[in-house]
Amino acid sequence: MSSSESLMTFDRPLKGLHPSLRRKGLAFDYYRRSKFRSFLVQICLCLVTIGALVPLFSVFIYVLQQGLPALNLAFFTETPKPVGEVGGGMANSLAGTLVIIGIASLIGIPVGVGTGLYLSEYGQGKRGSTIRFLVDILASIPSIVVGLFAYSMVVLPMKRFSALAGGIALSIIMIPTVARSAEELLKLVPQTVREAGLALGLPRWKVTLQIVLKGCRAGIITGVILALARIAGETAPLLFTALNNRFWSTQLDQPMSTLPVQIYSYAISPFDDWHRQAWAGALVLVLLVLLVNLMTRIVFSRAATTLRGWRK
Amino acid sequence: MTTIAKRPKDVHLGDRVFALSLKSIAAFVGIMLIAIGFFLAKASIPALNNSGFAFFVTSVWDPVQNVYGALPVIFGTIVSSLTALMIAGPMSVGVALFLTELAPAWIASVFGFLVQMLAAIPSVVYGLWGIFVLAPWMRETVQPTLSSSLGFLPLFQGPPYGVGMLTASLILAIMITPTIASICQEVFKAVPTAQRESALALGSTRWEMMKLAVLKTSKPGIFGAIILGLGRAFGETMAVTMVIGNRSEISFSLFAPGQTMASVIANEYAEATHDLHLSALAAVGLALFIVTIIINGTARVLISRITFKRQQA
Repeated sequence: MSSSESLMTFDRPLKGLHPSLRRKGLAFDYYRRSKFRSFLVQICLCLVTIGALVPLFSVFIYVLQQGLPALNLAFFTETPKPVGEVGGGMANSLAGTLVIIGIASLIGIPVGVGTGLYLSEYGQGKRGSTIRFLVDILASIPSIVVGLFAYSMVVLPMKRFSALAGGIALSIIMIPTVARSAEELLKLVPQTVREAGLALGLPRWKVTLQIVLKGCRAGIITGVILALARIAGETAPLLFTALNNRFWSTQLDQPMSTLPVQIYSYAISPFDDWHRQAWAGALVLVLLVLLVNLMTRIVFSRAATTLRGWRK
Repeated sequence: MTTIAKRPKDVHLGDRVFALSLKSIAAFVGIMLIAIGFFLAKASIPALNNSGFAFFVTSVWDPVQNVYGALPVIFGTIVSSLTALMIAGPMSVGVALFLTELAPAWIASVFGFLVQMLAAIPSVVYGLWGIFVLAPWMRETVQPTLSSSLGFLPLFQGPPYGVGMLTASLILAIMITPTIASICQEVFKAVPTAQRESALALGSTRWEMMKLAVLKTSKPGIFGAIILGLGRAFGETMAVTMVIGNRSEISFSLFAPGQTMASVIANEYAEATHDLHLSALAAVGLALFIVTIIINGTARVLISRITFKRQQA
């Protein structure tokens, strides 16, 4: 380090050095000292990042370790056994989760994609940014509050807990996620593509639906799947809308069991066998979320690159 | 000067229908927000009529006696969220600094993905982990250590139950770290590279460069990110419900079980039989709704202002 050598010859103010050392007339290299401090900070930042990931690995290891032995065929094919009996599974909860996600997507996907389209195609002005702001606010509302809303809007008039109420609650949670990811992708479609379509004499709605929307279909589907993975793990809004059910149920106006609610009720129960099954359920949920995230990340980045390539 | 005749806006009937339907869908989102507020307000009228503003400042929450004061749950929410922020705030800034300023691109993308996975794990799984892994660890290792070393503080007194305010705060901290870190990352990325280069050219070390060129100018953005994290912590329900101990009492010890606004709703709503009880829980929900809107609105304005300014520059 020739540059630091030359700096060393300067007599730097000995600020920060302990007086006893100063008296001893120790050679003091300010530059080297701050370099060392910088090195320490960098190590710390690295450690902090690794530390932040410790819980992730811990959760993952425990879910695997506790969940794998508990995972068997019965888990996927049987309904819960009566209290006290060992065995049984979560087949009804798995099916229930699928049904409720289905209801949520029936509402959530059209409204979400529609809002995304509005924001990207018509949302340049003040009204657009207001809607964008409202979508962000909607995304940040605690899911339990959405559950309360679904309760007073659906459960109270129907006078019973129902799968439908749960689906509606989840659709509200899903809309902002879908809308923002759709908007982001739609905005990547270059303006020239729209202009080319319009120049051919196509009406605007055809350009939007058949060229713009089609162009980023893959990305939008990915965003939708990510949103679905998120609501698949939602528990709070289902606690008093879809409630829970120990039996097979296909009726939408009846309480329905879902995987997260079942995990919750088993986790806080006093029985070991139920704890075991809660871990198995958690394993299924975590694997689902992880796989979906990994896959969509790959597809999403590919879709975005294609669109960016389009622009050039 | 030649003027080009303006093309009439959307001459096609199909276009008008299309625009109208998109507009109404977008308006639907706004209406939904108002509807949520309206229904919550309607449901909480009985409780607020019953005790008025005292609802929010009295400290007895007793469903058996049918007496409801929301102070314990408000206290629990504030204490658990602030404690979580004290852990998660510095940690997230550190993570974001590492990912944007230090790590090589591939490490940053792998770690960035892992950090986002922290956010993707469902809350109920954190709760399960909290009950069976974190709470025993707190009971046997952390809490005895804290009470023997810092036990003179009222914060760390009382029996170590494992479940309680401190455990809930820790889980909250884990869950809000990705939120804060990813926004901080955005904010740091918005710092122009020239600013970093000039700091380095003046002889700064890497850390001095981060302090001078990145952190100093990102202060409002970091603040916004932390507030956004606070908003998430306020509303987080399941994991907290599972490890906080669920007792609606005010205690100054972090070891004691507590209750938050979200957890009291999750715990009691499905089982509440009395109308006043339901209404009181709805009122708590309404308060939560309003507070999160205020918090998030403020944070968004802060963040968008800073990134907007950067883009202009």
